[in-house]
Amino acid sequence: MTHGIEISEVNHSFGHKRVLDQITLSIKGGTFCALLGPNGAGKSTLFSALTRLLIPTQGTIRIQGNDIHKNPRPALSNLGVVFQQQTMDLDLTVFQNLRYFGKLQGMSGKDLNQRIDQVLNLLNMAERSYEVVRTLNGGHRRRAEIARSLIHDPKVLLLDEATVGLDPETRKSITDDMHKIAQTEGKTILWATHLCDEVGDDDQLVILHNGQILRNGQTHEIANGGSLLDVFLSLTGRDQA
Amino acid sequence: MSIYLTSLTAIVGRDFLRFFNQRGRLVSALVRPLVWLFVFAAGFRAALGLSISPPYETYINYEDYIVPGLCGMILLFNGMQSSLSLVYDREMGSMRILLISPLPRWWILFSKIIASTIVSMLQVYIFLMIAYFYGITFNLTGYITVAPALLLGGMMLGALGLVLSSLIKQLENFAGVMNFVIFPMFFLSSALYPLWKMAESSELLYKICAINPFTYVVELIRFSLFVQLELSSAIIVFVCSVAFLMISIWGYDPQKGFIQRKT
Repeated sequence: MTHGIEISEVNHSFGHKRVLDQITLSIKGGTFCALLGPNGAGKSTLFSALTRLLIPTQGTIRIQGNDIHKNPRPALSNLGVVFQQQTMDLDLTVFQNLRYFGKLQGMSGKDLNQRIDQVLNLLNMAERSYEVVRTLNGGHRRRAEIARSLIHDPKVLLLDEATVGLDPETRKSITDDMHKIAQTEGKTILWATHLCDEVGDDDQLVILHNGQILRNGQTHEIANGGSLLDVFLSLTGRDQA
Repeated sequence: MSIYLTSLTAIVGRDFLRFFNQRGRLVSALVRPLVWLFVFAAGFRAALGLSISPPYETYINYEDYIVPGLCGMILLFNGMQSSLSLVYDREMGSMRILLISPLPRWWILFSKIIASTIVSMLQVYIFLMIAYFYGITFNLTGYITVAPALLLGGMMLGALGLVLSSLIKQLENFAGVMNFVIFPMFFLSSALYPLWKMAESSELLYKICAINPFTYVVELIRFSLFVQLELSSAIIVFVCSVAFLMISIWGYDPQKGFIQRKT
């Protein structure tokens, strides 16, 4: 079976500062993988490398078997991304934002409109379609961004701290929905977070700290019957942000 | 429709939506050249005497002389404005959405330039319409033949804007662009005074004007409004457009360019 994401010996430095150190990681198709790390662990740099916003100093990255550097087009068309920073055009409606993105993926006409309805329904956002993004609350903006990342039906979804700044209830509802989407739609999801309560017991869990992978396995194995938060704090040696 | 055309229409469509959503932008884009035309030109009309030089066949009023320069001014300010919006997009994150689309980056950047040029051309035509009612008129054919000149000039300035946007780290630095790019380019060109007039007062300033690519954008527009092709200007503007586009592609390359640490 093709892996959704394969990262092999990736290193990256900004000047003398090494921010990714020998990252090797495989995520099978249809898996929800939580990338847990404190602020500054290197999660966002890894996301920039996975989305080709930067090319790492060393190493290879494959999305659905396609090398992101050598063969970017099929790699990127299999990728849906929600960045930590909000990336919607605030003065346009949800529909206009989704349509713009769909067209950038080469979709158009009725097919695109149908797909927009479909993904907005999936994220319970159908009634917000014609609202201007600026008027939406934080939770709805996030849902709109997730809907947008699904427009072109990508096999792999990357979400970089997608619930940052949201209240606990909204966070839980979005995290639950993403777990459901991984199962029902068979998507490979890489979910970067610094919050242990967003990680499920059966998820693949990767703990990243100072640019290195400290643990990679199933959550319940890593927690080993104890609390994940305790394991995480003892590994990273700092309080949870 | 191929993914290339679909994405081009998406990028142009978005720029149009944004332009019409920001109504103040159209007003300020037009107020600037109109103030020059109605106030500055009226004042200088008496002070400056312009002898006959191509493409003009008779003595002309100063207002007639600066209209092509003011068309160039609209292209220049709009090209820089679109680079400002790119810096804003990058700071706000929406640039990422564009850069992660599966299209080649050169096409994305080219589409951005086309989008900003079309918005500029629309503004120029509105300006020319107001100038027409003010009494500054051209041959009907001139209004058609100026279109390719505006397209080429707009693309050169849009590509220059892209180069600048890849160099600028933060939105705040954009004020520097006003002082170090827009004003020198505009004042050290043939937009407000003919180059021979500049040569009379300073040989050095004349030489600077003569190597300023914006001078050739203005001259290309001036001649094409009189249904004439100024071939050397057209070639210079074309070569500069290609060069600026190539530098901006390099600037936005994730591996080599200036942008790497700013994404």
